[in-house]
Amino acid sequence: MAETVLETMGLTMRFGGVTACDAVNFKLKARELRCLIGPNGAGKSTFFKCLTGLLRPTSGHVLMQGEETTDWQTHEIASLGVGIKTQVPSVLDGVSVRENIWLAARRFFPTKEANDKAADIIDRLSLNDIAKSEVGRLAHGERQRVELGIVAAGDPWLVLLDEPAAGMTSEDVERMIGIIHEMARRAAVIIVEHDMQFIRSVATTVTVFHQGAILMEDHVEKVMADETVRNVYLGKKA
Amino acid sequence: MRDFSIQRLVISLAIAAVVMLLLPLGMNTFVLTPLLIYGLLGMSLGLIWGFGGILCFGQAAFFGLGAYVYAISAINIGESTFPMLLAILIPAVFAAILGAMMFYGRLGDVYLGVITLVVTLIFFKFMNSTAGPEYVIGTARLGGFNGIPGFQTLNVPGMADEYIYGDSLYYVTFVILVLVYWLVNGLLQSPFGRIAIAIRENEQRASLMGYDIRARKTTLFAIGGAIAGLAGALYANWAEIVTPGLFSLGQTAEIIIWCIVGGLGTRLGPILGAAGLGYLKFLLGQQAFLDNAIVMGLILVLFVLFLPKGLIPAIEDIWSLSVGKRRRRRPARRRKRRALSNG
Ligand SMILES: Nc1ncnc2c1ncn2[C@@H]1O[C@H](COP(=O)(O)OP(=O)(O)OP(=O)(O)O)[C@@H](O)[C@H]1O
Ligand SMILES: [Mg+2]
Repeated sequence: MAETVLETMGLTMRFGGVTACDAVNFKLKARELRCLIGPNGAGKSTFFKCLTGLLRPTSGHVLMQGEETTDWQTHEIASLGVGIKTQVPSVLDGVSVRENIWLAARRFFPTKEANDKAADIIDRLSLNDIAKSEVGRLAHGERQRVELGIVAAGDPWLVLLDEPAAGMTSEDVERMIGIIHEMARRAAVIIVEHDMQFIRSVATTVTVFHQGAILMEDHVEKVMADETVRNVYLGKKA
Repeated sequence: MRDFSIQRLVISLAIAAVVMLLLPLGMNTFVLTPLLIYGLLGMSLGLIWGFGGILCFGQAAFFGLGAYVYAISAINIGESTFPMLLAILIPAVFAAILGAMMFYGRLGDVYLGVITLVVTLIFFKFMNSTAGPEYVIGTARLGGFNGIPGFQTLNVPGMADEYIYGDSLYYVTFVILVLVYWLVNGLLQSPFGRIAIAIRENEQRASLMGYDIRARKTTLFAIGGAIAGLAGALYANWAEIVTPGLFSLGQTAEIIIWCIVGGLGTRLGPILGAAGLGYLKFLLGQQAFLDNAIVMGLILVLFVLFLPKGLIPAIEDIWSLSVGKRRRRRPARRRKRRALSNG
């Protein structure tokens, strides 16, 4: 049995009267590929932000590789080897694709190795044609791919992807799935997605969020067949 | 790659030397020296604002502090070498402390502007109020609105009687400007500089990459303070007097205007903006018809409306329109070659 690399205990985040995360107990094993689904406003993004220190949880605990990281700064958590793709693409618009990926790699490798690392990632993500372009000028799908490159550049052991396929062409999505599978060979990956097709093709275990709490956690087929899940999520979507 | 950069360095140095030797042919060095000092001051804000995204309304505070530190320590110590070093160090430390309070306190940009502005005003008010004999540091009287005159000016290091003034002060200032420019250039190409630009572009992403933006912004802010302090010390040497006017609102506003007009985010822009507008101010000072503040304001408005990116980017755009055609074809050719080798 693989070790648990991420665990939350009673993780709660309140915004005034809204409880976006409600006493979430969550466990993830090394190199596990997990999907997180749930209707809009279920608290998925808030959960990610609490894990990465972008939000300070109201109460509860976050443990990474057995160490409590609950009140750590974002850069301290990222420095452990945690990569996140935020829901709204967060990239460096004013510099080139290569510079974006190099900067992400440079945090974990000395300059020369970071050069090689960036070249490698650019190759693997087929970013060669746009490597010198300013990221701010790229199309949405390309920016998503650049952000994935930023996440991959630090060789993370935990990867959080918030709607990585949103707004992408089916060709881009295919490529994205390949990259995610490759990441999952070395890292535990959590993906927030709405696209059921996508979820079926990447994950085995799915966690369903509803009103800030975990509604159910099971094999993808079982989750999709579940009556309650259909009611809160699939029913609304269809 | 290395040969290429050495070649560039030699060419840049040659250009700088030619400019240094040609300028005094057309203008008095007494007019030129402060323009170079303004260039240095413009560079200090250009660095932290243009490349670090820190809009500081108080760059004049570090400038004035450098000038006062120099004057006070030169009166107490005499020989100018150590006072010059203090005039760099103390503004740097002061900027580091102020920066740490602002950046670790996670202040927003607006508050950052307000606080740096208020700090400048406090210096201005305080220095104005130090006319009484009780305001002495060592043997130096602060002198209130009259300022501090009569301190030891720049001398050849180790030789207190060999003064550097007039033409030689111009050449020394020019060399210092080139040297600092070269250091700033190196800094911007180093990982530290590239990470500073990352923070300017997107703080959230920079911290998600694992960079401690508070520590890095504080460091950059301190470097900016050091350069402004150096500029202040040189100014004190040129003027041979320091007055509270160095901390004035007008001074602080002018530095910001230099950066905008010259081109924010460029390395040369703030220097040229400072020297150019400084010269314009000098010319306007020769006549009584047009008011300097009105002309500066007008220039700022015109630039913001018609050349918002500033002078240097505008020149670059024109340059790439005429020369760039040839360059643009290159990537396409490379792509074709790769397609061939793939197929
Ligand atoms: N900064 C904030 N301030 C106040 N309320 C917030 C804030 N961020 C999120 N919320 C609220 O918390 C709840 C959960 O939002 P969250 O963005 O985590 O949902 P989500 O599951 O990611 O939804 P989506 O699928 O639409 O991305 C929502 O009701 C949202 O309005
Ligand atoms: Mg979300």
